[in-house]
Amino acid sequence: MTRTVESREDGKVVTDPPVVLTRTPGVATEPAPRRGARRRAAKEARAARKAARRAELNPTDSRATTIEVRIDPGDPLLTFLQDAPGPLEIKTLPPTSPAVARLREQGAQVVVPLITSGELVGVLALGPRLSERTYTRNDRRLLDSLTRYAAPALRLGQVMRQQENEVRDRERIEQELHVAQLVQQQFLPAELPELGGWHVAAFYRPARTVGGDFYDVIQLADGRVMVVTGDVTDKGIPAALVMASTTALLRSAAEVTSSPSEVLRRVNELLIPQIPMNMFVTCQVLVIELDTGRTLFANAGHNLPYISRAGQVVQLAARGMPLGLMPGSRYDDVETVIEPDDIVLLYSDGITEQHDRAGEMFGFGRTGEVVAGARSGDELVDRAIESLSAFSVGVEQEDDITLVTLHRGRSSGYHDTVSFAVPSIAGGERDVMDRVAAIVEGALPARRLEDLKTAVSETAMNAIEHGNRGDQNLDVEVVVRRTAESITVDVADFGRGRRSEADIPDIDLKLAGLQAPRGWGLFLVRELTDRVEEITDGDRHIVRLVMHTTEHEGNES
Amino acid sequence: MSLTFATEERGGTIVVHLSGRIDRDATTAFEEVAASTSAATDIELVFDDVDYINSTGIAIIVGLLARARSRRASVHATGLTAHYVHIFEITRLSDFIEIVQPADA
Repeated sequence: MTRTVESREDGKVVTDPPVVLTRTPGVATEPAPRRGARRRAAKEARAARKAARRAELNPTDSRATTIEVRIDPGDPLLTFLQDAPGPLEIKTLPPTSPAVARLREQGAQVVVPLITSGELVGVLALGPRLSERTYTRNDRRLLDSLTRYAAPALRLGQVMRQQENEVRDRERIEQELHVAQLVQQQFLPAELPELGGWHVAAFYRPARTVGGDFYDVIQLADGRVMVVTGDVTDKGIPAALVMASTTALLRSAAEVTSSPSEVLRRVNELLIPQIPMNMFVTCQVLVIELDTGRTLFANAGHNLPYISRAGQVVQLAARGMPLGLMPGSRYDDVETVIEPDDIVLLYSDGITEQHDRAGEMFGFGRTGEVVAGARSGDELVDRAIESLSAFSVGVEQEDDITLVTLHRGRSSGYHDTVSFAVPSIAGGERDVMDRVAAIVEGALPARRLEDLKTAVSETAMNAIEHGNRGDQNLDVEVVVRRTAESITVDVADFGRGRRSEADIPDIDLKLAGLQAPRGWGLFLVRELTDRVEEITDGDRHIVRLVMHTTEHEGNES
Repeated sequence: MSLTFATEERGGTIVVHLSGRIDRDATTAFEEVAASTSAATDIELVFDDVDYINSTGIAIIVGLLARARSRRASVHATGLTAHYVHIFEITRLSDFIEIVQPADA
C-alpha cells in the first residue's frame, strides 16, 4: 500500500493552514452618524477585512512552502497513526520512521491523521504558523474537529478517483479488445468459398472477446482444397496472438507444399522459436480433391474428425505431436475418400469438453450422436449448437468453440450449371427471373422459390439500370448452379458495383417524408436470400445469390 | 401486363381492384389511383390479379400510403399471396396497411 499526503485539491499540503488557523483581525469600531451610512461603512469595513485576510492567506506568500512526502506501505508511521488520538507534535512520532524524518526535513510541526471508518485515509501535515506562534489547544481542537469532516470527504474523493480510473482502464481494455477482435477476424475466412459439389459450413464462438481457435479453407494451385482447423492452448489475447501467427504460417506453408504432413512439420519448426512457454497448438489439415473426394489428412494432436456416412459415424484417425512443443516432430499423411453424401465434422474441444451443471462433459458420445442424425452440414452445425446449449444451460462457455462441416454432394462439380445472357433493356429483369425459376424448378420449396425470384429480379434490374446503365449493347450475364445443398445465381454486369442504398429503408421515415420512398431493392435481396456476395472479375461485376436447398433454421419462409 | 385498376364504393370504402404488375410502369396508374381515392377515408386495395411487385412497386405503394395517412385515411389490402404478405411484413408495410385474408393462406 502506498499512501500519499493529501490536501483538498492538489494532493499537497500547504504548511500554514488556511482559515482555520488564522486569527481574525479585530472588528472596526469607528462610529457612523446615520443608519444607512452606518450599514455602508460596515459593509466596506467587512470587505476591507476580507481583502486583508486574503492577502494574508495568499498561497503565493513567500513564507508558505509545501510539504510533500510519500509514505511507504511498510512505514511504522502508518501503524502509529492508525491509533493516534488526534493532532500530534512531530517530536512524538516514531523516530525510526523514514516518513517522519522527511516530514521533519520539510519543517512539519504538527501531523493530523485523517481516519474514517477505522481506516487511515490520509495525513494532514502542518508547518510553523505564519504568525510564528505555537499551535494552541484551541488550534488543535479545531484541527481535530476539521479532520473528522475532512477524512470522510477525502475518502469519498479517493473512491471516486479510483472508480474513475477503473472506468477509464475498463474502457481502454474494451477498446483494445475490440481492435484485437477486428484483427483476429482478418485471420478467419470472411466468406466460405463455394466448392463445386461440396458445401462448407462453419461456426466460431470464442469464450472471450477473442479466442485461440481457428479454421481456414485454402484453395491450392492444383485445384485441390486445404481445410485447416486448430486450437491454441489458453484463451483470450495470448491465444489470439498465437492463433494469428499460426494461421499466417499455415497459409505460407500451403504455398510451398500441398502435403498435410509437410505443412504441419514446417509450421511446427517455425512456431517453436516464437511460441511462449507452456503454450502449444493442436491442428489438423485435410487436402481434398473435389471431383473424387480423395483426401489426405494429417493431425497434430487435434480432435479426430467425424464422418457421417450412410447412417453410420466413423472417425478419421491420425497421430502427431501438437505444434510448438518439440522440434523435429514428424507427421503422417493418411489417405481416405470422402464419399458422396458424406458429412465431415471438424471441431475443437470447446464442444466435447463443455460441462453441464452437474460437472459432466458433453463428450465424444454426444458429439457422435449429433453427427449421426445430420442430413446436411448446416443442419449438423445447428444441431450441435442447439444440443450443446441445451446440455450446458446455466453454465458459462468454458472454451472457444469451432465447428466446420464439409458435405460432399451427390454430384461433384458444377455439373448442373446453366448460363444465359439478356440485353440491358428496361423490364428485362422479369425475363431473367422467369428463366432462373425454370432452371431451378423443383430444387426449392415454393415459397423459397418466390423469394429467390424476387431477389433475382431486383439484382437483374440493378445490373440493367445501374451496372450497364441501360446500354443495350451490354448484356447482363447470368449463371445458375445447382448442387445438392444450394442454388447459386451469379448476375454479372459491366459496372463498378451495386449502387449501395445509402440508408437502411425505414418505413416510418419514408411515411414522414424524411427518406425517399424508393431504396428497397438491396434490402429485399438481403432479406430474401441466404447469402449475397459481390465479386469483381476483370471488368465484370458479379452479384452472387445463394439459397440453401435444405431447410434449416433461418431459411424457412 | 402493366397495371390497370378499377374502383367501386362499398359501404363508405373505396375499393381499388388492381390488375397486372406493380413496378416502374405502374407509376402513372397509381397516380390515378391516388386521385380517385383522394376524398376517401377508407381504402381497400385488392391484389387478387397482381402477379408481380418489385421494389419500385413497394415504393409506389408507400407513396400512396403516405398520402392516405396525411389525411388520416386507413388502407387495407386483400388478395396478397403469401410471398407478398411476407414482403409486406419484412418492409413493415403491414404495420400500416391491414392485410385481410391472404389469397393462398
